[in-house]
Amino acid sequence: MATEATAVTDERIKDETFFARMMKKPELGAIAGVILVTVFFLFTADSAMFTLAGFMNFMSPAAQLGILAIGAALLMIGGEFDLSVGSMVAFFGLFFGACVVTFGVPLIIAIPATFVFAGIVGAINGQIVLRTGLPSFIVTLAFLFIFRGLSLVGLKWATGGSTQLRGVRDAVEGDFLAPFFSGDAFPGFFTMLANMDLIDKFKNGTPKVQGIPVEILWFVLVALLATYVLLKTPVGNWIFASGGDANAASNSGVPVRNVKLGLFMLTAFCATLVAIITVLDSGSTDARRGFQKEFEAIIAAVIGGCLLTGGYGSAIGAFFGSIIFGMVLIGLTYTQIDQDWYLVFLGGMLLIAVLFNNMIRKRVTGER
Amino acid sequence: MSEPIVHMENIEKHFGNVIALAGVSFDVRASECHCLLGDNGAGKSTFIKTMSGVHKPTAGEIFFEGKPMSFGSPRDSMEAGIATVYQDLAMIPLMSVTRNFFMGREPTKGRGLLKRFDTEEANKITVEEMRKMGINLRGPDQAVGTLSGGERQTVAISRAVYFGAKVLILDEPTSALGVRQTSNVLATIDRVRNQGIGIVFITHNVRHALAVGDRFTVLNRGKTLGTAKKGEITPEELQDLMAGGQEMAQLEGSLGGTV
Repeated sequence: MATEATAVTDERIKDETFFARMMKKPELGAIAGVILVTVFFLFTADSAMFTLAGFMNFMSPAAQLGILAIGAALLMIGGEFDLSVGSMVAFFGLFFGACVVTFGVPLIIAIPATFVFAGIVGAINGQIVLRTGLPSFIVTLAFLFIFRGLSLVGLKWATGGSTQLRGVRDAVEGDFLAPFFSGDAFPGFFTMLANMDLIDKFKNGTPKVQGIPVEILWFVLVALLATYVLLKTPVGNWIFASGGDANAASNSGVPVRNVKLGLFMLTAFCATLVAIITVLDSGSTDARRGFQKEFEAIIAAVIGGCLLTGGYGSAIGAFFGSIIFGMVLIGLTYTQIDQDWYLVFLGGMLLIAVLFNNMIRKRVTGER
Repeated sequence: MSEPIVHMENIEKHFGNVIALAGVSFDVRASECHCLLGDNGAGKSTFIKTMSGVHKPTAGEIFFEGKPMSFGSPRDSMEAGIATVYQDLAMIPLMSVTRNFFMGREPTKGRGLLKRFDTEEANKITVEEMRKMGINLRGPDQAVGTLSGGERQTVAISRAVYFGAKVLILDEPTSALGVRQTSNVLATIDRVRNQGIGIVFITHNVRHALAVGDRFTVLNRGKTLGTAKKGEITPEELQDLMAGGQEMAQLEGSLGGTV
């Protein structure tokens, strides 16, 4: 038998082709999807979609969904679900709105307070799942309704009967933190570009695109950070291990419970970020905010290559998965196609993605 | 002969009114492979779980490098240098060999916020360690799911060795393997023994035991039926000891004491 260690290569193993190697990347499906959707709209949509203004138009909703989707992706890789993220957006929006409008707290206190509150809520979610051993699916489904209901009740209480709380814009007027969470970034740069005739501008000389909407920057930042943590830190390895096989991971010394708890809190933080951005952007908080976003976030994560069983996936995949959503949602308005095809598309994409992921998983594990 | 690394004296373990171990003595020295044989239900699993700190013995003493020792948890015994490779291997099929190899013990570089998983170093070590064991990986990013059962066993063993095990407990490492893979694993055991590690090889296959074992202890119904050195015992005798003990124990069956 092969008792001596030798460096000979196994003659039964063929060299992997570039294609085969690419097939093993979890984010491949999402990138292929972006290309496919882009090609589709290049043929069907008005050319305005692929101008700078059009790009910002579809990237804004993509970013808001994407921040949630990346959180959802990490949690899914860690082997759990959170169906309450959509309701959390409304719930934390209410908390934040109430801080700012009802209690008149400046952003420097209101924002950290909202994050702390979100951390506690996320931890409660996680603790219930971990302590009872119930599927996170069912526990967070309960919270989907609880948070949505609390948002409605809370808003009526705060406003005296309305499910909207307005006046956020007036309340944060002049606050130095507001520009980090609302409006467009780098207006000076874009004005400069317009003056140099590098980008489209209106007759009066102001650029058509006044800057990059901040949510896009947050989206990119969150995606980069999540990818770095997942691929380049021990914690990332623990996330994969916890989702792959919690028992095996635990036996090898991975703090599985803390990892999962942290991930539940992380998804809550992502919901908070989206809540703060949407509340500041629209100047109001609304109990309908984030409606059904939990499903879209999970679909985007699945399109991005996350397995429903955990242990496999990518943050960059969820990034591209969300861009697909944004492109289709906004892209359809540039075409003659009925908007409601969006829902058909949603389901169709999910189905294709799951079939595709299943195939990929078999390839990775060498199942036959 | 050298001092035993682990010495277990008269270990008893009761689960309620069930006596799983009724006074088992066992030791393992450096650079030896001590086989623990026994049929199903003989108490092998309970015994190794006592050794690796999962169970606390009801009575009896454990000496580690001559000093009395009481392991509170598997982590304690792991830190002392007793590594256990269970049948399920604690491996995650979807993860790469490297990620599995360093799971829970990732090497890092950088400081503070920049402290990160040193993947290059980890990949290098993994490929190197696996090559030492005679396995040429396609790449360090190859998923464990694509490895054969024997190769997975080898990854688990070399992981334990790399992280400084002094005693390696192998729980039926050959039970689910084919002929070729079995001999691969037995060769790995031999190689690890030559590095000075004490091996506890649990099996119910006499031929596998005789192929690599230095000493043989037969466990039956929670008791040892004696320890024999290599060359002092024939496969037939060993087989008889396992089966004969069964008959004897059946006579005493009315006294209870089964697992």
